[in-house]
Amino acid sequence: MAYVIEMLDITKTFPGIKANDKVTLQVEQGSIHALLGENGAGKSTLMSILFGLYSPDSGSIKVRGKDVRITNPNIANALGIGMVHQHFKLVHNFTVTENIILGLEPKSGLVIDRKKAAARVREISELYGLKVDPEAKIEDISVGMQQRVEILKMLYRDAEILIFDEPTAVLTPQEIHELMGIMRRLVKEGKTILLITHKLKEIKEAADYCTVLRRGRLIGTVPVAETTEQQMAEMMVGREVSFHVEKAPANPGPTLLTIEHINVRNAKGLLGVKDLSLEVRAGEILGICGIDGNGQTELIRAITGLATVESGKILNKGKDITSLPIKERTGLGLGHIPEDRHKHGLILDFRLDENFVVHSFDHAPFSHAGILDFKAIRSNADRLIAEFDVRCGQGGATPVRSMSGGNQQKAIVAREIDQSPDVLIVAQPTRGLDVGAIEYIHRRLVAERDKGKGILLISLELDEILDVSDRIAVIYGGEIVGMVNAAETNENELGLMMAGSVRKVS
Amino acid sequence: MNTRSKLFVPLVAILLGFVLGAAILIATHRSPIDMFYAMLQSVSGKNLRADTFNPRYIGEFVVQSMPIMLTGLSVGFAFRTGLFNIGAEGQLMMGSIAAVGAGLWIQAPPVIHVILVLLAAMLAGGIWGAIPGYFKARFNVHEVVVTIMLNYVALFLNNWAIVEVFKSVDRIKTPPIPPTALLKSDLLAQLTNGSRLNWGFIPVLLSILVYWFIIEKTTFGFSLRAVGFNKDGAQYAGMKVNRNIVSSMVIAGAFAGLAGAVITVGTFSFGRALPAAEGYGFDGIAVALVGGNAAIGVFFSGLLFGMLKAAQPLMQSQGIPKEIASIIQASIVLFIAMKLGIEYLMKKLKPRKAVTEEVES
Amino acid sequence: MSILLTMIPIALVYATPIVIAALGGLYSERSGIVNIALEGIMMVGAFTAAAVTAVLEPSTTWAAYYGIAAGIVAGMIFSLLHAFASVNLKADQVVSGTALNILAGGLTVYLCQIFFDQQRTNAFTTGLAKVSVPGLKGIPFLGPVLFMDVYSTTYAAILLVLLTWFVVYKTPFGLRMRSCGEHPQAAASMGINVLAMRYTGVIISGALAGLAGGAMVLTQDIQYTLGSIHGTGFIALACLIFGKWNPFGVLGAGLFFGFSQALSIYAKDIAFLQKVPLDFFYMLPYVLTVIALVVFSGKSVGPKAAGELYDAGKR
Repeated sequence: MAYVIEMLDITKTFPGIKANDKVTLQVEQGSIHALLGENGAGKSTLMSILFGLYSPDSGSIKVRGKDVRITNPNIANALGIGMVHQHFKLVHNFTVTENIILGLEPKSGLVIDRKKAAARVREISELYGLKVDPEAKIEDISVGMQQRVEILKMLYRDAEILIFDEPTAVLTPQEIHELMGIMRRLVKEGKTILLITHKLKEIKEAADYCTVLRRGRLIGTVPVAETTEQQMAEMMVGREVSFHVEKAPANPGPTLLTIEHINVRNAKGLLGVKDLSLEVRAGEILGICGIDGNGQTELIRAITGLATVESGKILNKGKDITSLPIKERTGLGLGHIPEDRHKHGLILDFRLDENFVVHSFDHAPFSHAGILDFKAIRSNADRLIAEFDVRCGQGGATPVRSMSGGNQQKAIVAREIDQSPDVLIVAQPTRGLDVGAIEYIHRRLVAERDKGKGILLISLELDEILDVSDRIAVIYGGEIVGMVNAAETNENELGLMMAGSVRKVS
Repeated sequence: MNTRSKLFVPLVAILLGFVLGAAILIATHRSPIDMFYAMLQSVSGKNLRADTFNPRYIGEFVVQSMPIMLTGLSVGFAFRTGLFNIGAEGQLMMGSIAAVGAGLWIQAPPVIHVILVLLAAMLAGGIWGAIPGYFKARFNVHEVVVTIMLNYVALFLNNWAIVEVFKSVDRIKTPPIPPTALLKSDLLAQLTNGSRLNWGFIPVLLSILVYWFIIEKTTFGFSLRAVGFNKDGAQYAGMKVNRNIVSSMVIAGAFAGLAGAVITVGTFSFGRALPAAEGYGFDGIAVALVGGNAAIGVFFSGLLFGMLKAAQPLMQSQGIPKEIASIIQASIVLFIAMKLGIEYLMKKLKPRKAVTEEVES
Repeated sequence: MSILLTMIPIALVYATPIVIAALGGLYSERSGIVNIALEGIMMVGAFTAAAVTAVLEPSTTWAAYYGIAAGIVAGMIFSLLHAFASVNLKADQVVSGTALNILAGGLTVYLCQIFFDQQRTNAFTTGLAKVSVPGLKGIPFLGPVLFMDVYSTTYAAILLVLLTWFVVYKTPFGLRMRSCGEHPQAAASMGINVLAMRYTGVIISGALAGLAGGAMVLTQDIQYTLGSIHGTGFIALACLIFGKWNPFGVLGAGLFFGFSQALSIYAKDIAFLQKVPLDFFYMLPYVLTVIALVVFSGKSVGPKAAGELYDAGKR
């Protein structure tokens, strides 16, 4: 068997964590090879080593049978290894061609030969069916197109081995489908593809082999055709997977949150949410599923007050909160566990006890007449730390930045649940967390439901939505295209609605 | 960053700054010993070589420290909200203009007149600070460039006002401000053998207290710090980010404006036209950086840089070019800016101990 | 009209150092490093140029050109400090620039005292000589204004504008430099050495600001003093912003600012400007820049990553 890449016994340690522990990866020429693992399993570290961004503590790398030392990306490029980054590395105000030729510009004399460059880009683009306009500016083209520019950058450099880092996270189903086609075409032309992902379905659809990592260790490499999704999932998680959350049937009460025909503009000024209506009742979890970028962010921002609503109404327990400031919404019992915990959920440079009171520092018991009451703030922290099992080195005085992701998220959950809102907006609550923390947060959400709170759960993880929700709304293109009971639906049905091909509002 | 490195970095930077200054003196055949004697004399009033004592030096040392503590508070306060106020110089000049105006045009009994003068200066400085604050909040225009530009606008406004508004006869000085509006004190001057020491230290110390109280103890300070660390997070938590940015710049401007008054009705007793900015704003940046933007830190670093300024005439008289003081000051700021480098050095020097606790995500 | 014609040469003299220093800022900021130390670098360049010229004048007629060359070198060396602090040590670029501005004032006057025993350099007698272009100076109207008795540094400034446009927009070097100022992680992923590129940008800015300082002191002064540069570096910064980080924009803004300074000299001869106090003319560039910043706000015109710490691991 001809391995084009062999990474043998790779070990890489970061302070406090063994990111890769004697990992071996062998990739066959002309195959699509998936690298599967949870967040933090060591996939990205391994690929960064292959791409020359990190150097391994021990282990060796062979490319086409030859021992190599890849100490920087230039060497990787010279060996024909190219990386399509998850977060595109494109200069927004350069043209497609400029981005592609950057660093390897064709010249005539001292000047960049733009004609030659554009012709070459067009040529490669046509060869692989990428259909990219070489003269377009990056900021004017779609995300899917931008990804193709990333691919073109590699092909322009004659890359033979292409690493795709979580390539589908930002794509629409249509674009995912096209990407899979492009990948197959690349392989047909003799390229080799390494696909980093945690989505089993994509592996099943596209890959030939799958290597599974867990907590920095190699679990095994399997041929995809002979392995079920369930088996791969078990390898990934390390035990029989039952993401299933134990819960009694919901016992919904009166309606708490009512959204009536709202329209919200997104960052580009277009309507991100169109004429959307929803109701969340006491004692239920309403899940919202959809592909990233279909209006979820705008919806959350509108409900919580971070964005203004163009038209329509939002009611909390019958009171119109459509244009109230954030603070007053919080005061009326609306809690929010935000999508991005570092950007929105926490002030990382504050201490834990200060983070617990970011909503409530300006009134009793945490302050009196504008003066902070540190005693109350500290005892509040002690109570929450104990009640929610937040692990932190120095109690309330712990700098939040030094805490682990799971405990940071627990701190946010503790704060938002503790202020006892009737309605809790929960966005991506388990992104990047380990299984233990995920289970804890899911149980906690169900417990709050059972206490009679209304919970709106927005997640990109279909499994999470199916397991935790009582009812499920599907959002597509800023509209609710499906409304089903969790017990009466399945991934297939939801998937079709998420792609916009089926509508079902019961 | 823990408290130890908070103190460590400025101390190392100060040390390196003085070492570099001494090295430059030696390289140019001047004696660093003379420089240190001059510094000691400016702080203690004692000339260790001639064994004489003159309290005037102590008075002048305090006079030099007062305005830069205030501009230090100004820069530091804005820093705490994540803003870089290079405009303390201009806010100071606007404060100075207002102080002259309130001094010349208002008639009031002694203590009240001074208080009115100080308030007018704070108001003018605050308004001048509000401009970049508002532009930042409303249009997201970077405050650094705006404050630099406004420094020059304030300088020329000052020079115009001295001549055209306050009718300076010699085009340099305004007519004398009446004694009721001055911070001058015969008592303090006598105690310090005729120095320019004045009651200005009272508003300065009060300002340091107020700064500490606002930042550390109040809900307002809490939200300012939250905005400084993470704008998005603060907005999510329901804080009024834009309002905080503007208020922070207003207060920063008020501190600097007060400095203008302390100079104009304390150190001097008239408004002055200036050929160029006097650098109090840049001193304030140094003071705030070395003082870690904390009230007590600003106090001590204000004394440090006050000493450097006060020692300048003494150095010059001993044959040491007085500019060595600004070289040392600039080096200290540069070393503070190189914080990451110093921290790296610190880690290398320290025996490697459990690094593991730092990263565990 | 005749006043206007006499004003143009003066305006050109004032505009020259502004434009050159602003071009320096352009290289630095396009590579991703904010350089508010232009003022300080100009001071160092001016001091060096004045000192070398004053010392060499008795022995060579080319003294001013040696002076300018020395000013360029001094500016490059001084700017290395900014590059080292902000590129290697990830210092806050504004703080580092501020430190350099303070340092320049102290260092130059300190050295004056060491070398010349006074707070300033010795005076030079001619400084930079004016040149005339034979033939072209005979053109009616334009000839005497643009081609007679003009400083060579003015022509240098215009050539530098053209050269900068060519380098920044036409060459691979320019494309790479701009990519470092817009999205350094993207540049690095394409094998471009971001650190080297930023060093280059800052050092070019040092060379140009040094040249600007030399040109200024040798055409507008008789010696270097603490006040020789009097904020021109900050006007250059304003000019860079006003010119939208574009070489021709810089030229236009620089001419405009130079003209407004010339106007302050001639205002007393122009009827409708007599009443306007001089200080208001001095203020003009600064006020206009603030207004420009507000008007441009929302449209991102400056290099996106300028001033940000470059973290290779950031995505």
